[in-house]
Amino acid sequence: MSDPLIRVEAIAKRFTGRDGADTTVFEDIHFGVEQGEFVCLIGHSGCGKTTILNILAGLEPASDGYVFVGGREIRGPSLDRAVIFQSHALMPWLTVLGNIAFAVTSRWPEWDKARVRAHCQKYIDLVHLTGAEKKRPAELSGGMKQRVGIARALAIQPKMLLMDEPFSALDALTRGMLQEEALRICAETHQTVFMITHDVDEAILLADKIILMTNGPRARIAEIVANTLPRSRSHDTVHKEPHYYPIRNHLVDFLVTRSKQFESSLSADYDPRHPPLVAPGLTEAAPGTTAAPGRPVEKAVVVSLRH
Amino acid sequence: MKGLQLWGAPLLSVAILLVFLAVWHAATRQESGAQVVDAEYAKLVGAEAATGKKSAFPAPADVGRKLWEHVTDPFYDKGPNDKGIGIQLAFSIARVLSGFLLAALVAIPVGFLIGMSPLVYRAFDPFIQVLKPISPLAWMPLALFTLKDSGVSSIFVIFICSMWPMLINTAFGVASVRREWLNVAKTLEVGHVRKAFRVILPAAAPTIMTGMRISIGIAWLVIVAAEMLVGGTGIGYFVWNEWNNLSIANIISGILAIGLVGMVLDQALARLTKLVTFPE
Repeated sequence: MSDPLIRVEAIAKRFTGRDGADTTVFEDIHFGVEQGEFVCLIGHSGCGKTTILNILAGLEPASDGYVFVGGREIRGPSLDRAVIFQSHALMPWLTVLGNIAFAVTSRWPEWDKARVRAHCQKYIDLVHLTGAEKKRPAELSGGMKQRVGIARALAIQPKMLLMDEPFSALDALTRGMLQEEALRICAETHQTVFMITHDVDEAILLADKIILMTNGPRARIAEIVANTLPRSRSHDTVHKEPHYYPIRNHLVDFLVTRSKQFESSLSADYDPRHPPLVAPGLTEAAPGTTAAPGRPVEKAVVVSLRH
Repeated sequence: MKGLQLWGAPLLSVAILLVFLAVWHAATRQESGAQVVDAEYAKLVGAEAATGKKSAFPAPADVGRKLWEHVTDPFYDKGPNDKGIGIQLAFSIARVLSGFLLAALVAIPVGFLIGMSPLVYRAFDPFIQVLKPISPLAWMPLALFTLKDSGVSSIFVIFICSMWPMLINTAFGVASVRREWLNVAKTLEVGHVRKAFRVILPAAAPTIMTGMRISIGIAWLVIVAAEMLVGGTGIGYFVWNEWNNLSIANIISGILAIGLVGMVLDQALARLTKLVTFPE
């Protein structure tokens, strides 16, 4: 296996409380993100998901461990890693065009006005906001604001996209539409994406690889689930795929029960450097990996949280 | 119904004004009779008022006539103690604006630096806390002693009193710029100067402008008192001079002019604030 685009090694985050005692939010986190891969991180709130994303973005230092991008250790934020914030983080005094142009001129300060304008327009068209260029964020709906956030992140042509629950503040219909668009855009641009979510369906629809985190404190990666569904997924058809329910049940099962009991059910050969890679729905797990202990990979019980 | 919504408030305003003028008129109506005040005061205010033929306090019509004189001839200059109200106002406005703009030149950059760094914020805080509650007029003797010029001293007093609201609001506005906007700037690797002018300044602009609006209001309050103290020119001096002349009608005209100019200054800053305010 070639070196992945992003390699996370043994990162941890600790806080010293008022009483001087250390609280470990998470530790011993190892994973990699390959070029062109879409990776989702799922876990309950409090397990430090956003902190991991902030460390990858360079906005927060890790207490321990290293993050390498393209083989080089990161030291702070970079235009190579664009962030899409949960709260869209648009600047309300700028128009849609102004917000995107701010990013574009930060990336290419030497560009003239016409070139910046044309470049922005390309990404405004990509997220289907043509005609709304002169609007201010306050005049846009939540979904449109997040589209601007996506266009702003893509416009600087980053090596990778970091998304912090980008669709969680939206209503279900808008969320579905934006998820499909995210799929389309990622397929068109071959973007490498690392996304945080707590939505199982979103992860199945979008991700190639789903990282499952245990509950904090001292959260860790329990296992990495390979999405066995074909990459050409869509909302209408995804639930008809034969592997859909095994994967979904596996994820829901993890979130509902196993994320809490991980420490007690830890198998002897658990290695945080190589968390088990499972592929629910396939009769055999991916070669060279171990399935979670005491857990059949396939399960027939349908647990439904949504619908 | 729509007419009432549109015209109701202005009509009521006019009605309140008319009632006020009527009460004023009734209270200052001529009364014939014997001397109603003591002899000393009668000498001071003149026989007419003292005998009760006419109250020393002018009727609305008298003030109206005086006002009309001022409005029709605001810029006459008949020596140091008799200048038109327009000239006096111009002196005061010039002092307020120069003191205010000087204060803005100092307070906004300094406030920016203070707001950027929590350490500097804490270091400056005790000084600001001590200096802020000092009545600006308390600086006057010190200013007169060091600057040796009454005009410059009153500008200095305006400078000092406009300083604090702008400084405090700028520091607060800069310190409370939303973290997510700063994070956007960070992930875009925006340099310090560009971040200051393109992110922090527009984000803090409404707070800074609010500080400026408070400042100009205070400056206009203080200039009247400062000019009463140092004399020479200005609307404050005008009012005090007319008190020495015991021309109540002129005093009232001066008070009215102070109110109107203060309103215009405040509204101008309110307009500017609106320009930089963004809807969330």
